[in-house]
Amino acid sequence: MIPVTSPSRRAEERLLHLDPRAGLFRDASVAELPSMLHPADLVVVNDAATLPASLAAAAPGGQRVEVRLAGEARGGRWRAVVFGEGDWRTRTEDRPPPPTLRSGDALEFDGRLHATVIAVSPLSPRLVDVRFDAAGSALWSALYRLGRPIQYSHLEAGLALSDVQTAYASRPWAAELPSAGWPLTWDLLLGLKRRGIALAAVTHAAGLSSTGEAALDRVLPLPERFDIPARTVAAVTKARAAGGRVVAVGTSVVRALEGCAARRGGLAAGQGTTGLVVGPGFVPRVVDGLLTGFHEPGSSHLGLLRAFAPPPLLDAAYAHAAAAGYRGHEFGDSTIILAA
Amino acid sequence: MRIEGSAALVTGGSRGLGAALGRALAREGARVALVARGAPELESVAAGIRAAGGEAHALPGDVGDTRGTAALAGAAAALVGPIDILVHGASTLGIVPLRLLLDTDAAALERALAVNLVGPFRLTRAVAGGMVLRGRGLVVHVTSDVSVVAYPRWGAYGVSKAAFDHLARIWAAELDGTGVRFLSVDPGEMDTRMHAEAVPEADPASLPKPAAVAERIVRLIRDAETLASGARLEAATSAVAP
Repeated sequence: MIPVTSPSRRAEERLLHLDPRAGLFRDASVAELPSMLHPADLVVVNDAATLPASLAAAAPGGQRVEVRLAGEARGGRWRAVVFGEGDWRTRTEDRPPPPTLRSGDALEFDGRLHATVIAVSPLSPRLVDVRFDAAGSALWSALYRLGRPIQYSHLEAGLALSDVQTAYASRPWAAELPSAGWPLTWDLLLGLKRRGIALAAVTHAAGLSSTGEAALDRVLPLPERFDIPARTVAAVTKARAAGGRVVAVGTSVVRALEGCAARRGGLAAGQGTTGLVVGPGFVPRVVDGLLTGFHEPGSSHLGLLRAFAPPPLLDAAYAHAAAAGYRGHEFGDSTIILAA
Repeated sequence: MRIEGSAALVTGGSRGLGAALGRALAREGARVALVARGAPELESVAAGIRAAGGEAHALPGDVGDTRGTAALAGAAAALVGPIDILVHGASTLGIVPLRLLLDTDAAALERALAVNLVGPFRLTRAVAGGMVLRGRGLVVHVTSDVSVVAYPRWGAYGVSKAAFDHLARIWAAELDGTGVRFLSVDPGEMDTRMHAEAVPEADPASLPKPAAVAERIVRLIRDAETLASGARLEAATSAVAP
């Protein structure tokens, strides 16, 4: 599938609508989304803002590395994937590995910000937990001063932080753009509200899409934290009671809602962490429909879609999308899986 | 608007009314992120708030800087949570001493527009989408009577503040019914450094103190649901001004 080479947010983006019950798909546009939904339906987005998660650092031997923050863990720890020298113009999988890191090693970002490696994951020598030597506003000011958003080699130019925020970004929890929500303009979202379709949010710390190491990529996504506000739980309950459908914008929303429901036996407000892997045979308890991008063959995202649409329908729809010139990757076209 | 437990972002927080508003909001129980260019002064205001038992974080930055907005909004939300109350307190006169428009170069007007109009627009845009999702939020524009009275020599500042008032009205119209509200508040003359720069001959002792004006603005914030969104108010009287 053709990647997009520069980001822009347009409601005329193409949208491939899959109806799993009818076993059909059809070409549409994102602007038609309001007409696909009914009053009483609920649209749930991930309001996580995208972090400046890519930081250049010096490893103990002085080697230059790129540290990609995968997410903040408890107690001031951050999970990170470390890449060898090079920049975003090289495909992630072609980047050299980082030097061997050990617990206790220091990473220097600039004269004022350092981190200590406090654990190396058994999953991969490049997956580490670090602790910064700053906290609070000193840490956040430094991260925003030194960090850049994670870059994509398929784009023509580097991305600025404002290029990777959804129209409703709030807390900076996401390592990469929760991209399913990228095409949603406020014109469209307020149009949904005017039609009586409710909007609600979860915050889900969407992690890294690629680690540069095949074995580690296969275990993605790593456990991710989420926060489900009480008003979102109430909105789901209300939609259900009124016979409405719950439409998740992005696989991260599915992971938050279904991860919470699987662990607690139902949706509950509050923060949690989920390692839930959704795939074929998974029966969603909360989510009825899914708006998302086009995903790579073999990715966990594509596997997740199989819980919402039968594989033969997905395969046929993806073959059509490729033939019809739909664009994949971040900032690409969209698909919605929703029974009429 | 319930202030206790809310997350507030206040620009211009290192001195004058911005600092006073930061202190007053923190005293009412808000978690406050303060933005201003001068890091040492800003940190000292935040430290003072913390010493008084409040929560405050200093985020040095320039609201007129095009590239810094996403960083300020992101860092603030990381520190205090999704923003409920955004106060645009930062502003610049553009040029001091104040001059006739015929003696004002375009760069001074552009700087006034960048800090007093475009910067606040950018920051609101970075924050208000989340507010609409949560169905709750208040954006306060700190304005001035120069936005409605054409005082000679106040051109750069006055033009930017007039547009700033109208920006609040258009935001309010577009987001009507979403739970996100806008207010323009004219604090009146105060004993601040900006006032001394603009009117050096004024006697500071005769002017109201920023802390007293901040208390009045906090009352307006508390009553925001009862006020028309987009309205322009005078802090001294709480009256709707033209």
